[in-house]
Amino acid sequence: MILSLEGAHVSEPPMARQGRISVPSEVGRDWLHYAAVAKYPPGLGSMSHALEIEGLEKVYANGLQALKGIDLRVAQGDFFALLGPNGAGKSTTIGVICSLVNKTAGNVRVNGVDIDEDFPRAKRHLGVVPQEFNFNVFESVEDILIHQAGYYGIPLKVARERIDTYLAKLGLTDKRHTRARMLSGGMKRRLMIARALIHEPSVLILDEPTAGVDIEMRRSLYDFLRETNEAGTTIILTTHYLEEAESLCRNIAIINNGEIVTNTSIKNLLRELRREIFILDSRQALPETLALDGFELTRIDDYCLEVQIEQGQDLAELMSQLHGQNISILSMRNRENRLEQMFVSLLEQTS
Amino acid sequence: MTPYEQWVALLTLMRKEIRRYTRIWSQTLLPSAITMSLYFLIFGSLIGSRIGEMGGVSYMEFVVPGLIMMAIVTNSYANVVSSFFGSKFNDSIEELLVSPTPNHIILLGFVSGGVSRGMLVAVIVTIVSSLFVELHIHSYAVVIAVVALTSILFSLCGLINAVFANTFDDIAIVPTFVLTPLTYLGGVFYSLELLPDFWATVSQANPLVYVVNAFRFGVLGVSDVSVGFAFAMIGAFTLVAYLYAAHLLRTGRRLRT
Repeated sequence: MILSLEGAHVSEPPMARQGRISVPSEVGRDWLHYAAVAKYPPGLGSMSHALEIEGLEKVYANGLQALKGIDLRVAQGDFFALLGPNGAGKSTTIGVICSLVNKTAGNVRVNGVDIDEDFPRAKRHLGVVPQEFNFNVFESVEDILIHQAGYYGIPLKVARERIDTYLAKLGLTDKRHTRARMLSGGMKRRLMIARALIHEPSVLILDEPTAGVDIEMRRSLYDFLRETNEAGTTIILTTHYLEEAESLCRNIAIINNGEIVTNTSIKNLLRELRREIFILDSRQALPETLALDGFELTRIDDYCLEVQIEQGQDLAELMSQLHGQNISILSMRNRENRLEQMFVSLLEQTS
Repeated sequence: MTPYEQWVALLTLMRKEIRRYTRIWSQTLLPSAITMSLYFLIFGSLIGSRIGEMGGVSYMEFVVPGLIMMAIVTNSYANVVSSFFGSKFNDSIEELLVSPTPNHIILLGFVSGGVSRGMLVAVIVTIVSSLFVELHIHSYAVVIAVVALTSILFSLCGLINAVFANTFDDIAIVPTFVLTPLTYLGGVFYSLELLPDFWATVSQANPLVYVVNAFRFGVLGVSDVSVGFAFAMIGAFTLVAYLYAAHLLRTGRRLRT
């Protein structure tokens, strides 16, 4: 039986503005998700995990041990970040999951389907957006998507309907017949996302999805990914933008030297952070010498102050003491990205 | 994948391959027509008229089947080696590798692209040859069978070459230093009867000898070797090439790290 998307067409403004990504209708996405699940049911493994990795090892032909027995679990419906410095093993892990890298040892299950037992069925559940552009730049946008759909057994007619939908969602409708080499970097990235979604996977893996994408497009992309996740698709992303992981993801794993350093929720990770540095802007000029009981201060200029807050210290107490010295605070912000601080600290501990 | 989905995947690959070589027809289809016209004109018409008969037929008639087969061999090979290596070079082969498309469909898809180009070029060259000589097909069954088997064989060889190639130079080496000499020494322009015994025996190891002679038998009814033996050899070469190409895709050699 062929999976027909008739009736599942998501209504979108016909003149989707280039550069903006419109968000899929939740109803439409649900329908697609259930239809896909009905046709390609999960395997007999854990039903609650979109991805399970156990003891995954990879030794390359040159002897480099890229993965040293990693264990990882991503719940179905999760928005998951895989972080790590360059060469940590992120891309190798993704490569094994999507069959571009042959593993040395270990098990990988996608929606309960073991890749050693039935890789084609596991691949059904997966959509992959690689970091590097990997399409034929001499083909048109439409041809690239038709071919990818065909490789999943989706006939031409159904593929064309889905292409209408995804090009509209990703703001590429007017580029349908344009050759890929004529697209900007951001458009190429969106094309790869459309390509990864054309077979309606339940797990979407994105490797550095916003590399080379401008701020406006990045925000649109975040909205698109959030809504895609809310509609039921599990999303796993690797990123160098740590604030991206903090704002998008619920759970996180940090990988370094082929090992998982930590695997927890973003909230738990940030809770472990013992100290934060805040920058405070004052309404009045600050006195030359300023001291507060229990707080470490640095005067940056006449109107700006840096305060170090230790875990357990009270911000209300800080404000109260400042008020007592007739200093009213206009604004307050973190000096550093908190996650970045934690990330660096974890990497330092493990290396 | 269900059989229907595999069929869709195969049609998709065929569509992609055919669109590729028709889009760049001036590089893929036209050169064979021009080159073969020159062969017909120089070797067949100008020089051939002074040579007289060969293998019991006029020299022009003698060279036409060999030249058609030469076009099929080079085009089938070139199509798959260029397309597959191109996909490797720009990483678009990953589109296929991450999909559930089975390896035998990937193999059939690329091979069908090579076969279709080989056959299309064969038709073009045959039409061109009809300007120089009137051909009467001796056996359509033999002609179709040998064209199909030959284009499959050399498409598979092209794919094997592309799997191992790391640079564009690597995909030019085999056609230049292996395929062209084998074709010229495969009895396209002369009958093996003209060779001294030693070289006639050495020629038996050249697969092009069987391909050219089987096709010549289909067209003219004359051959330097037994047609049954020629088919057995082409079939054996094709089977070995298929099994090796399938093995390469299954192990992911040079495709997966």
